[in-house]
Amino acid sequence: MKYKSQKVAYWFFALSMLLFGLQIIYGFIMGFAHAGFDGLHSVIPFNTARAVHTNLLVVWLLSGFMGAAYYIIPEEAQRELVSVKLAYVQLISLAVVGVVAIVGYHFNYWEGRKFLEIPRPLDYLVVVNVLLFLGIILTTLFKGKRRTTTALVLSMGLLFAALLYLPGMLPFDSQVKDSFFRWWVVHLWVEGVWELIMGGILSFLLIKLTGVDREVIEKWLYVIVGLTFLSGVLGTGHHYYYIGVNKIWLIVGGIFSALEPLAFLAMALFAVNMYRKGEKKHPNKLALYWTLGAAIVSFIGAGLLGFAHTLPQTNLYTHGTLVTAMHGHLAFWGAYAMIVLAIISYSLPNMTGRKLYESTRGRMAFWMSNIGMIGMTVAFGVAGVVQVYLERKMKMEFMEVQKEVEIHFIVLIICATLFMTGIILYFIDFYKHGRPNDEALEPDSNL
Amino acid sequence: MLSKKQARAFFLGGTVVTFLIFIGLTIFSFTKAQDQSNDGNITEAVVRGKVLWEENNCMGCHTIMGEGAYYAPELTKVIDRRGEGYIRAVLTSPVDWAPNGRKMVAYGFTQEEADDLIAFFDWIDDIDLNGFDTVVSPLSKDDN
Repeated sequence: MKYKSQKVAYWFFALSMLLFGLQIIYGFIMGFAHAGFDGLHSVIPFNTARAVHTNLLVVWLLSGFMGAAYYIIPEEAQRELVSVKLAYVQLISLAVVGVVAIVGYHFNYWEGRKFLEIPRPLDYLVVVNVLLFLGIILTTLFKGKRRTTTALVLSMGLLFAALLYLPGMLPFDSQVKDSFFRWWVVHLWVEGVWELIMGGILSFLLIKLTGVDREVIEKWLYVIVGLTFLSGVLGTGHHYYYIGVNKIWLIVGGIFSALEPLAFLAMALFAVNMYRKGEKKHPNKLALYWTLGAAIVSFIGAGLLGFAHTLPQTNLYTHGTLVTAMHGHLAFWGAYAMIVLAIISYSLPNMTGRKLYESTRGRMAFWMSNIGMIGMTVAFGVAGVVQVYLERKMKMEFMEVQKEVEIHFIVLIICATLFMTGIILYFIDFYKHGRPNDEALEPDSNL
Repeated sequence: MLSKKQARAFFLGGTVVTFLIFIGLTIFSFTKAQDQSNDGNITEAVVRGKVLWEENNCMGCHTIMGEGAYYAPELTKVIDRRGEGYIRAVLTSPVDWAPNGRKMVAYGFTQEEADDLIAFFDWIDDIDLNGFDTVVSPLSKDDN
């Protein structure tokens, strides 16, 4: 840690981990319900569990991204954050908005729009919160001694993420238009600007962990985020195939979303090559595991599995089935969850001064969570393909098919238990690092 | 070999061009001649139905036009498949609806609210979904 104000990142990461744990619990509620065990139905019906599960994901990832920015920007800009107090105010308000929304979902207080269930009054608070966050980050960057590409890409990602939240707040009477502009938020976040954030964090980690020249890493960062937008923006069209808009999206969405894996492939090759090229071997092996893991698993989850059902002729049958859940789980895990876990693994020893770089527990956390998530993905995939075949091809009734695939949810629960064990080990590691403190300050790096 | 400046130009140029095309296609899709979203037939009942759909987060279990969760049946063409009477019975049921063991929350909608939701489903059924309706509804396939 080079600057005292970087410590604020720790508390964003702590909030992130708390919400991540809760997200897994709600995931189990849904998994059991799919397997036929819905004992909690009267207290937490499926739609509540689902809204909580997906929204917790968004909030814990955002909290992780914000923590990453509070850690990275001072080091890149070579100065303290402009206001630590305001950063804590922002943290508390983020936690309050998140908790109120999650509690509200248990009392029918929501908007009922997939991924954007947060009710309108809370939307305005989200906007204020994000403006405060951006104010702190951008002012720090502006007043800093240097403006690096890594910091610019990361900040651009965060700024566009905030701007793109706004189309989701537009009111429409038409379900078609509502859906159309909801994807401006959800798709352009996940397959657009969030990849800028991921790229920025990845670039920072590779500079620190491999010792490869910043100029080389940042040049490739531009190429990767360029590929991301080139394919991802028009790739939004794959959400427009069958929701009541023009057929032109079948062509545009088909072509550009087929190109989307290229950005993820480039990111995976980039990370592995930089690691090979690097002469400096940073002792923080766990951070390296998570960093390279994020680049590789995101290619499989977001790139390959996305491609598997992105062409219109395939998507006609897979649209609105469990196949989407298969892709969604490994994509979010690889691209965003793992990159947040990577920056936490890197920064935690630096903030606390406890250099727990290598441990069996840390390695087990990595492997168990990854193997568990891959198992979950396979279970979702098998259930999804069976659903597509029986329901869409054989025209069997929805619930008859659901009975047929219940067994795959038992497999899912077993794999999810392995996944959760890995994550608990990660939490223990997080806890064992202790709290951040000023004694961990090492203001002497020229990277 | 590519320089950093060229890489930046690729990123900025590519982003601006694709965003402009994207906005252009969005405008094109909703022009009167190209619009296939059944926009002209939205009535007050349809709007009230959509509000009920959202207030109760129906999308948290069901899918409609293929969007939502995957816990309960797709509702595009549901009136065709089940008939209005069945749908009305589900919506107004005072107890959890659980025909195959999987429970739906007992919303106990009034007859007027059921009318609005049925109007909403009816309106959805007349949207041109580029063929998706034929996949989710055997009846629709026979009709076409």
